[in-house]
Amino acid sequence: MIHSEEEVIQEAKRLNAEEHMTDFAHPVNVKLKTFRFNAETDYLPYYKTYEMTVTKDELVLDLLNRIKWEHDGSFSYRRSCRHGICGACAIKVNGKAVLACKENAQGLIKLFGEELVIEPQSQKRAVKDMIIDKGDFWQKHADVKPFVVADVDPHPSTETLISPERNEKFLESDYCIQCGACHYSCPALEVNEDYLGPAALVSAYRFSIDPRDSATEERLELTSELGIGVWDCVKCNECVEACPKELNPLEKITKLHNMQFEQGVAKRNVATKHAEGFVRSIRKYGYLDEADIVLYSEGYLGMYKHLGTAAKMMKAGKIHWHSGVPFIDSVPKIKNLDEVQKLIEISMTNTL
Amino acid sequence: MSQLHYALFTGCTAKQSTPELLSSTLAVAEKLGIKITILEEASCCGASHLQDFDEFLAHVLNARNICYAEKLGLTMITICNTCQLNSQMTKHALDTDPKLKARVNEKLAEVGLEYRGTSEIKHFLYTLIDDYGLDKIKEKVQVPLSHLNIAPFYGCHNIRPSELHAESNNHENPYNPTSLDSLIGALEGKPVEYESKNKCCGFHVELQANHASEVLSGNALLDAMDNNADVMVTPCPLCHLKMDTYQPSISKVMGRDVELPVLHMPQMVALALGCSEKEIGLNFHVQKAKQLYLSKKG
Repeated sequence: MIHSEEEVIQEAKRLNAEEHMTDFAHPVNVKLKTFRFNAETDYLPYYKTYEMTVTKDELVLDLLNRIKWEHDGSFSYRRSCRHGICGACAIKVNGKAVLACKENAQGLIKLFGEELVIEPQSQKRAVKDMIIDKGDFWQKHADVKPFVVADVDPHPSTETLISPERNEKFLESDYCIQCGACHYSCPALEVNEDYLGPAALVSAYRFSIDPRDSATEERLELTSELGIGVWDCVKCNECVEACPKELNPLEKITKLHNMQFEQGVAKRNVATKHAEGFVRSIRKYGYLDEADIVLYSEGYLGMYKHLGTAAKMMKAGKIHWHSGVPFIDSVPKIKNLDEVQKLIEISMTNTL
Repeated sequence: MSQLHYALFTGCTAKQSTPELLSSTLAVAEKLGIKITILEEASCCGASHLQDFDEFLAHVLNARNICYAEKLGLTMITICNTCQLNSQMTKHALDTDPKLKARVNEKLAEVGLEYRGTSEIKHFLYTLIDDYGLDKIKEKVQVPLSHLNIAPFYGCHNIRPSELHAESNNHENPYNPTSLDSLIGALEGKPVEYESKNKCCGFHVELQANHASEVLSGNALLDAMDNNADVMVTPCPLCHLKMDTYQPSISKVMGRDVELPVLHMPQMVALALGCSEKEIGLNFHVQKAKQLYLSKKG
């Protein structure tokens, strides 16, 4: 059917109106409880609430802009690319790490209700409103040598070829935009400021997996150090949840763990023995031997730290002794244990 | 509705240091008429530590566990967040990566098993809420918990990564989880609002980063106490072990007395359904919790 020009214009107007209907038919009123602080003039931070009506397409960045443009010109935040690649506008809304320019505002209202709490990534590092001092983040990033260490021929005759399989091993770790969302969501970092944190560890993985790189061993040694490296990850998955690029930092941390064993960098210590000790228990019982794993990881001398707890656990009936002696053969066995033993024998790929 | 029937993956702790978790789970199932078949063949899930040593081996062992639920044609339920996470991670990896699935099945074939991907994996908490239903639980309450302020502690591995768990935990919001709160409400307890309810207890670095571990659980316990909790409840026995067993050393690190009974989720339900003291097993707690039997009567 052929439409007249007028019909087409009428139809376009109707569609346009309809779109606006849906746009404005369900605008949502929102209260933005916003963290305000100026390190130069304020002794303590405070919260100020701004009310506005939010349409379906508005992003958190639009709301930040409206606070600044319609309410208070002194409101400060970082923004640059506006399409999720520079990482500058990362903040937290109701504790959830977001890239302001990527996060739909009504989506958050659905998640948290009509009061949104707008906060910087780290309150203790706040400089002015949403702007924080990211110095710790960059220092840790630098610590892992986030670059390819290689003797490069200045006049190469061929390109460095990387197979698709090899490329897959990067697990998209090279997509990290250094926004800091995972770093400032990590509870391990919160209680141990020496810990490298998920973002630096993702970088360590990214360059260690690079076939051109020659500093892999050095990075693996650094990231295997107790107190700062992968063994201090608490496995809470906060970083997985926080990453706006969906890179799964914990997956890379696990790969770094594996690489320590694969490349023989792992030293025998409480953490590596704890990971490897699982095989020892499972081979024997199918289950983990809870008492043995502590004994095996810590060694006899290290056990003194646990004696108090062990005594309390024993008193509460948490430690069993089917054999008449505590800790000896205190663990039940699974059915068909021989299958598990066989599977360990044929599937185990690493050693300590 | 036909009778609910599940294959139970107990995990290691329920078979060892937290026998009260297993007995209370079975007691709750019996009261509610849920049929449970224990997977006695299932091994340790690796607890996120074997994964650090040898990820492939961990997948093989977890796939083997799931095979036994598949053989029964049942949904596999877990009573430990970390078992839930690791089983679910293996299921997801195998279901989305045909090459890995083939590699794992090559090993499983050696012991006459095959992973197919036909069984769902769900934590008992979400089974109770989504499959059985809070309204029906409410009808069965014999001892309302109305005298208790109960702090829900969700445990990381049931709520994060949210995308992995979305199907099995009914799209729980990891930044504002509500399932455990609603369960407490259904048992007529008062859920405590506190910020730490979705935070990490630090269990997994207990040995190698003890201080960090103690501070993380200390923060959560004190937050609950400061918001007038009488008791904390968790669906994860690892959170339970950390928070219940270590309160004396946590007190030293935090410089404050930390004293709060910590219940397993099924123990709380068992209390409200009027299960026997033996089944609930509060005597197995390090932090004194036996008074809860008395207070429910009083």
